[in-house]
Amino acid sequence: MVEHLPALQVVLPLVAAPLIVLARSPRFAWLATTAVSYACLVIAALLATRVATLGAFSYALGSWAPPWGIEYRVDALSAFVLVAVALTASFVAPYARRSIAAELDADRQYLMYAMYCLCLAGLLGITVTGDAFNLFVFLEISSLASYVLIALGRRRQALVAAFQYMLMGTVGATFYVIGVGLLYLVTGTLNLADLAERLRGVEDLRPVLAALAFITVGIGLKLALFPLHQWLPNAYAYAPSMATAFLAATATKVSVYVLLRFYFTVFDPAALFDRLPTRETFLALSVAAMILASLVAVFEREVKRLFAWSSVAQIGYITLGIGLENHAGLTGSIAHLLNHGVTKGAIFLLLGGVALRSGAASISVGSLAGLGRRMPLTAFGLVIAGLSLIGVPGTAGFVTKWFLILGAIEREAWWVVGAILASSLIAVAYVWRLVEAAYLRAGQGTRREAPAGMLAAGLAMAGLCVYFGFFTSINVAGASDAASFLLRGAR
Amino acid sequence: MKDDIILRVVAKLLTPFMLLFALYVQFHADFGPGGGFQAGVIAAAAVVFYALVFGLRAGLRLVPEAVAERMLAAGALLYAGVGLAGIALGGNYLDYFVLDADAVHGQHRGIFWVEVGVLFTVSGVMLKLFYMFAGRGGTRDERGGE
Amino acid sequence: MSAVAAHFSYWVTLFLMIAGLYILIARGNLMKKLIGLGVFQTSVYLLYIAPGKLVGGTAPIVAAGFTTYSNPLPHVLILTAIVVGVATLALGLAITVRIREAYGTIEEDEILERDRTGER
Repeated sequence: MVEHLPALQVVLPLVAAPLIVLARSPRFAWLATTAVSYACLVIAALLATRVATLGAFSYALGSWAPPWGIEYRVDALSAFVLVAVALTASFVAPYARRSIAAELDADRQYLMYAMYCLCLAGLLGITVTGDAFNLFVFLEISSLASYVLIALGRRRQALVAAFQYMLMGTVGATFYVIGVGLLYLVTGTLNLADLAERLRGVEDLRPVLAALAFITVGIGLKLALFPLHQWLPNAYAYAPSMATAFLAATATKVSVYVLLRFYFTVFDPAALFDRLPTRETFLALSVAAMILASLVAVFEREVKRLFAWSSVAQIGYITLGIGLENHAGLTGSIAHLLNHGVTKGAIFLLLGGVALRSGAASISVGSLAGLGRRMPLTAFGLVIAGLSLIGVPGTAGFVTKWFLILGAIEREAWWVVGAILASSLIAVAYVWRLVEAAYLRAGQGTRREAPAGMLAAGLAMAGLCVYFGFFTSINVAGASDAASFLLRGAR
Repeated sequence: MKDDIILRVVAKLLTPFMLLFALYVQFHADFGPGGGFQAGVIAAAAVVFYALVFGLRAGLRLVPEAVAERMLAAGALLYAGVGLAGIALGGNYLDYFVLDADAVHGQHRGIFWVEVGVLFTVSGVMLKLFYMFAGRGGTRDERGGE
Repeated sequence: MSAVAAHFSYWVTLFLMIAGLYILIARGNLMKKLIGLGVFQTSVYLLYIAPGKLVGGTAPIVAAGFTTYSNPLPHVLILTAIVVGVATLALGLAITVRIREAYGTIEEDEILERDRTGER
């Protein structure tokens, strides 16, 4: 059975979606979603341990040997991302019941669960597949599902946000397909490993360079690489709480994974980084995101949108490692896929509870006044996750920044070190606005915490921020393995 | 269009043949162009045609919306089920070789059931889309503020 | 001139690609944006399909008397891409219908205006 796990990882959530539609009951939908999310976490963990002990392995779908058939491939990097996605899912799923019940009509709830399962299947599929076109199909499965998840938000702005995200996301995916098409025209193969082999020596052909450009911009749109991030703030701000938490913690991260995969295992990193200004471009864009998006967050009044802008900045940290292109930098980047996932996941899960109790569709910073007294545990969790966002020692965020700074020092890029510190200081400013409102300003209302299930999920994720700050055997060790795997072909 | 006798008679006559043609496209796919996608769209088109002539309500009586929704889910499940059958019989996921003692016949069998699944899903999706777009119109004000 | 003629399909692809993207960006009407998106995606279908055809090649079914076959793989890929395109278009139209119900317009500038003023 163990050898079938790569397929089951994707098939389980994919099968859950039609089952949920058949049953049409919110209760069954929630049970199935939760069961599948936990099963996915177990499968991801099993795959990760297998990769750690036995090395990368592949699965031939339909028993057609690669490169003719579609190959599923699990290596150090994909195993790490699988765990990160499944971990988030296992916190979001139990949270979903109360959250969805509060935000959606009873007759549409099961559809939201079905969409969530499809989105999960798509994200896991992107990560596990070793075929460039299959990757596109999963990319669109997860994207289409996430457009629906966003459009299910309570306010009418959610529709416009979903529409804009849909246009940008589809253009991004189509750019990716154009890139893959050009690579197929040059090499005649779609298997990623086979592509890498056949591209050696022809990196300077114009179609290959054009493919690189199309794939970079296409995936850049999906991962909200500055300045291609315009869709993100509205999409996160107006989506239902559970969808925001899930998408913020997973969707952009998986797109980063696609970029890493193409840059380090398909294209020749030596040619990519030495003959093209890849390093400079990524450093400049990442630093711009870290500084500018953080500054916007400082002046944002709506809390969910504030943290959406903070996400744009944090994606800057993740892409910074690509620009640094050394072991420490990439370790920081890959670890941040998980670290930022749990941090932002915790924040949006807890904010969902705040929105539920306040009854308003949007939460302004001012309306958080007195939150420390009204919802002490929620406010405490928010502060913990906020500290991780800043990168205070003892939290997950610190681990990332430590490795990124090490990577920058190794490159002697002192201005990057300065930018990381400056961005952290700006993060202090926007997190402080929340702390100030929650603890130092008097507010009205009696003490009433969020429902237990929602609160527990949010606090547990906030706890993970601290856990990953002290015990780095999962995030740093996994990321370090993945970084070594990526750099093996390079230097 | 309900009042036009020619349309009504032609629609009644054509609908079964359209469904039959869908089945032909479905099963002839072994020997020529065709398959579940095309057949599913043709089958859905028959119902859409019927609904256009006799009204949406008549179409919904023929294939209720809940049935269309279940069809699209059941088709996807059938497809996934064929894949899981491959695992159960000792092959990989979506392995058709193991579905029969003879590998070529196994491929045949696997593709047949997958195409049946596609037929159900595609016609279900098409009908569901039609019902959802046809069932709405205008802004809330234009509908009389329901 | 021969460079143009020899790469005819690529020129058509490029024209559709740029035209679609232009409509998508330049038009404020949501329906027109979706049309632009459709044209843009169609250009990709052509990008894949056209090179799969070999001059003198026949359908890839092994039969006596034929030695040159066209490449069937692009067709399969694009069939998938078309289904994805249909799903995207359906979702886009569905959201457009909902936007018109909620805002009473599908012009982008009017939607943003109504969000600012809070008008129904």
